[in-house]
Formats: sequence, C-alpha cells, structure tokens
Amino acid sequence: MSHTLIHSLTGNLMFGLLLSIWVYLLGVLLYRKFPNPVLSPLVVAIGLGILFLTVTGIPYEDYYEGGKFLNMLITPATVALGIPLYQSLHLLRRHYRSILFGTAAGAILGVCTTTLLALAVGLGKLTVISVMPKAVTTAIAVEISSKLGGSSPLTLVAVIVTGTIGAIIGPWLFRRCRINDPVAQGIALGATAHAIGTAKALEIGKIEGAMSGLAIGVTGGFTVFVAPLVAKLLGL
Amino acid sequence: MKIYREIFIILLFSFLGEVASKLSGLPVPGSVIGMLLLFLALCRGVVRVEQVEAVGKFLVENLTILFVPAGIGVMLHFDLIAETWWILLLILGVTAALCQVAVGLTVQFVKRRYETPAPAVADNATTLILSREFIAEELTPLAKIDDGK
Repeated sequence: MSHTLIHSLTGNLMFGLLLSIWVYLLGVLLYRKFPNPVLSPLVVAIGLGILFLTVTGIPYEDYYEGGKFLNMLITPATVALGIPLYQSLHLLRRHYRSILFGTAAGAILGVCTTTLLALAVGLGKLTVISVMPKAVTTAIAVEISSKLGGSSPLTLVAVIVTGTIGAIIGPWLFRRCRINDPVAQGIALGATAHAIGTAKALEIGKIEGAMSGLAIGVTGGFTVFVAPLVAKLLGL
Repeated sequence: MKIYREIFIILLFSFLGEVASKLSGLPVPGSVIGMLLLFLALCRGVVRVEQVEAVGKFLVENLTILFVPAGIGVMLHFDLIAETWWILLLILGVTAALCQVAVGLTVQFVKRRYETPAPAVADNATTLILSREFIAEELTPLAKIDDGK
C-alpha cells in the first residue's frame, strides 16, 4: 500500500476511536482473567496502544485525530461526578470531620512531599509540576498540571503509577501501622491512590470502598488549591 | 430526546465551569467548578437527579477509557523520563506510603476523638449506591466487584 493510502486510513476519525476502544476492551478482558492492580485495564490499554503505534509506525498525531473525541469528554465526565457526590451527601455529613482532616492531610502532604523530594533530587521544573498532583483522580490531576504548565501525559503516568503502588502497599502498611478502622483505611486509600486505591478498598469492605470513593473527590478539591499555592511559594 | 436533554444540562454546567474558571483567573480547573455547580444545583433542587442520571451514570462509570488517548501520548515524552524514570518511581512510592500512613492515622485519631459510632445498617445502604455509581467508573473493570489535556 502506498503511504498516502495508509495515511488516509489512519488519519480517519474512526481509526483513533476504534484503536482506543479496542485496546481498552483487551485490557478489561485481561483484568478479568488476572485481577491484579498492576494489570489495570488503563495500564494495559496504554501499553498496547503504544506498542501498536510503534510497531505499525503510525504517527501519534494521526491516532489523536480520533482519540481527541474521548479526551474531549473528560470535562463533562468530571462534572458528572457531582451527581454521586450529591447522592452520598448523608455519608459525607456523618463522617465529615474524618473526611475533611484526612483528605486535607493527604492533599497537603501529598503535594509537599512529592514536590520537595523531586526538587531535592534535581528533577526539572516541568517534571516536578507534572508529578505534583499525582495523588488525585486523573481528570483533576491533569487539569491542575496543565494549568500550572506541566505535561499532561507525564501527569497521567504519575497518577496511574501512584494509584497502583498505593493499592499494592496499602493493606500491608495498614497492618504494620495498626490502622484497622474501616473509615481510616478507606480514606487513606482514596486520598492517596484515587480510583485504583478505591478498587482495593472495595475488596477490603463496603465501608472502606464508600469512604475511599468520597475521599477521591474531596482530596481532589483540596489539591486544586494546594498545588498552585505550593508551586507559587517555591517559585515554580 | 431525554438523553439529549441530559447531555445539554451536563454540557451546560461544563461550559459554565470553564467560563467561571477563565473569568475568575483562579487556578481551579473548569471541570471542578462545573462539578461543584452541578452538586449545588442538585442540593438546591434546581436540577433533579433524574434529569441528569442516565448520561451522568454513563460518563462516570466509563471515565477510565477517556484517558487512553492522553496516556498513549506519553510515547511522545519518553525522552523526558528516559533517564529519571527510576527516581520518579522511587519518589512516587515513598510519598504514597508516607501519605497513606499519615492519612490513616489522622483519620483514626479524629474519628475516635470527635465522632460518635454510626449505625452499621445505614452504612451498608449507602455503600450500595456508592459502589455502583460513584466508584463505578474507573473501577468497573478494576474492581470487577462492579468499578485528565
């Protein structure tokens, strides 16, 4: 096939959409077989997507012609998170002290420790800003990072890696540090490992899962303010 | 038309959020402002849950796949992390562990000190809603208990 013919196929709006959905479905199938946090569908989908584009030599720009449609839906999907937040209002009311203190501690510590450590080892400004909001859910983290001038793909990777690590070490840490309260475990997982941590929290128990889910949103809300403040204070 | 009406409402709040973010000059993402506006509108009864439920549920439960294109975009940035990836990994791991312990202990302290024990039944009821709808999204495939430019 001539080069232009291949381009007319891959530059087609449907190509990017098809590839995105296909690799994600493969990721879901694999996760059903091996429910291990390291094999989360998003991780597998991204890996397969990169592999496919690299092997076929199709430029990312071609793929993104269709891929951008999914990207565009991130904002309305984040807005829609307001609905479950409203539906869990009573849980929010009962444990508001725990949630507020826990998530505030998580947001402040998460941003500060990451930023200071990253600066201490001499990482560049772009990298530091990109990993600052790594503990919050992808939609919010990417927004924070891009508003501060970070790199969205790098933030995305940092967020996924953080969530995966958090879900793996969480149960072990809880035993070691005698954190045995379900509400405490749930908030700790949600505030530090967002949705991937929440999946783990759901495996531990229902209360853990619910509290973890709530903590994702509230931690995100705090981080939206903490990250720009820390960036400003450190002159980033 | 019901679905289009729901799409209209959710896009309207997205739009309002983006506009508020631009006009205010605050470093707060428009999507987050939009989420808060929708939350407040639901609390105030300006919007009823049924008016946004179907589309909202679809979007929230299928949030993860939306990050595939941006994630694949990391292939354009390999040079950025080629030499530092292991340092980054170490930082992310250390901070995740530190924060997890700090948050867990904080909550445990606050809860024991300032909160009265709650009836277990109510908690179970709420978790059903939560595990299905809120958490559902990125977790549909992840938990298989059911589970941002």
